[in-house]
Amino acid sequence: MMSHSRRWTKAAAFSASAALVLLLLAAALAYGAKDVSLPVIWEALTAYDPSLPEHAAIHGLRLPRALAALLVGASLGAAGALVQGATRNALADPGVLGINAGAALAVVLCFALSPWMGYGLVMLASFGGAAAATAVIALLAWLSRGGFATLELTIGGAVVSAMAHSLAVGLAIYFELSQDLAFWYAGGLAAVRWEQLRLLAPVLVLGLLLAVLLGRRLSLLSLGDEAAEGLGARTGRTRLAALGLMAVLAGASVSAAGSIGFIGLIAPHAARRLAGTDYRLVVPLSALLGAALLLAADLASRTVQPPREFAVGAMAAFVGVPFFLYLARRERREL
Amino acid sequence: MPASLSPRSRKALLAALALAAVAAAIALASLNAGTLRLGPDAVLRTLLGGGTEQEQLVLFQYRLPRIVVTMLAGIGLGVAGAVLQGATRNGLADPGLLGIHAGSALGLMLFISFFRTLEGSAALWIPAFSFVGGTAAAAIVFLLSWSRTRGLQPIQLLLVGIAVEAGLSAATLMLSLRLDPDTYAFAARWLAGSVWGRDPIHAWTLLPWIALLTPLVYRASRQLDLLALGDALGTGLGQPVQRSRLLLALAAVALAASSTAMTGSIGFIGLAAPHLARRIAGPQHRHFLPIAALCGLILLLSADTIGRSLFQPVAIPAGVVCAAIGGPYFLYLLFKRRR
Repeated sequence: MMSHSRRWTKAAAFSASAALVLLLLAAALAYGAKDVSLPVIWEALTAYDPSLPEHAAIHGLRLPRALAALLVGASLGAAGALVQGATRNALADPGVLGINAGAALAVVLCFALSPWMGYGLVMLASFGGAAAATAVIALLAWLSRGGFATLELTIGGAVVSAMAHSLAVGLAIYFELSQDLAFWYAGGLAAVRWEQLRLLAPVLVLGLLLAVLLGRRLSLLSLGDEAAEGLGARTGRTRLAALGLMAVLAGASVSAAGSIGFIGLIAPHAARRLAGTDYRLVVPLSALLGAALLLAADLASRTVQPPREFAVGAMAAFVGVPFFLYLARRERREL
Repeated sequence: MPASLSPRSRKALLAALALAAVAAAIALASLNAGTLRLGPDAVLRTLLGGGTEQEQLVLFQYRLPRIVVTMLAGIGLGVAGAVLQGATRNGLADPGLLGIHAGSALGLMLFISFFRTLEGSAALWIPAFSFVGGTAAAAIVFLLSWSRTRGLQPIQLLLVGIAVEAGLSAATLMLSLRLDPDTYAFAARWLAGSVWGRDPIHAWTLLPWIALLTPLVYRASRQLDLLALGDALGTGLGQPVQRSRLLLALAAVALAASSTAMTGSIGFIGLAAPHLARRIAGPQHRHFLPIAALCGLILLLSADTIGRSLFQPVAIPAGVVCAAIGGPYFLYLLFKRRR
């Protein structure tokens, strides 16, 4: 009986999150410099007429941006679930651990070396940067006796992040890259067009599917290494797969939307609160919640004070920082 | 050398003399670095009143003020780090990591948005703004990481510092993206930690903060020694522990904030200088505070000189050099602690 009602709560959590994402998606298409009514949006999607300015705005600007927010948010949420599951560290997130900063450093390097580099190469470089930062974090975890699950790792990640950021700033100054770069760095979904989305979407969708498939093994990992190995899990391999996938998801996200932190921190915590510790559910629910968070942040960033746009990364930080502080306080009680 | 000095004092004195010599050598090298080269002989000649008019102009109007600012800020950051580490009993404390620099940055950004200029006598107000910002940030960090049962836990302090820094940086970023491109370029360099104070007025602005606060802190060395022994022992020895901790932390924030106001947000010097000094002069603050000041001076001066001369004609901010070297050092300290 108990498990029956639990199942219902989980189903309700999933449908509510999915509905929230759809609602925010519709809002992202409807609100902007010029508000568009829902029937017109539907027409623009189903019977696109390039001669109508509303249709053109929806199709050319708002739809790619909203889809990018959806996919990037979902990827960041799932990446957060992966890294929290793999490290069993409640204060892990691709942003806090410096993965995003590593990817961003690689992207800045691309801009510096050749400003007209194709997006595909930029994305590859971004993967490389994310993977390198992940390797540094893994090395730090290996060096410290406590492994991944320590607060030291979070602090070490923050310092790795600070170093990568500082180097990126140095590069930007050396190559005289402009304020636009700062905007991108701060998280800019405004620049996403169909060309990028065509490369980005397949990578992210594939990554998200693989992340969901990894859920069962992550659940085993959350029991602790010894118990998991007793149940036949290959902990090292699972951890490597989860961290690698996290690097791919975070790297691709950064290449499109800049460095957006804290979404990967908040979404998995909320998902665990709603769906328990079963990562088969936590990973997809984190993705949904991450998508909702980023859609909301992006919507807020461009509707708070139009026509000015706030940096979406800053928006995420304003929600994420109090949450991080709350977690840090709770963490202490558990220690 | 007086015979009454204890061996430790004698060692500290010798180390201080050696470091001062090193600092002088680096200062000469730094005077020489730049598009217009001034060799050591020309510098000495000009300092003694000779030299051509051009040499005098370059030396007294451009190079010297900047180097004085760098030296003062290095002292400020080194002492601030030492005092923070002592007052919070936290070997990993650094004004940058504790969010103080981020608070100062926000204060400075408010200043730019408000006054729209950094020239002339407006510069006198910059340290005040960054001090208010830094103090506010430090207050937030200390309040949020304070536990009634355990006091200030080192790891907790750092975690809260990281979070507060992220939040304040987000606010700074929002403000900076609204600036016009020229002001933005300045703000970006400042945030990266570039010594920008290069007029005599900047040196004069910074001087009173460092010259007043450093001796005050030095007078409190004994209190710092007692704080290092732990709260229970300090209280037992008749020390108003919390009050002196608060006052010392405030002085450290003032030193850090006024220094970064002129040099930009430079991390890791406040971390590294006290550690090096403790290695040289041992744990007594009376001995190691002056050494920490000299170490901070040398570190910042070298970082600035390296940044200016390595990639000529582009000057890399000293903060970038410090992060590239100081970051790994911090990670080493962080993970060594556990073993």
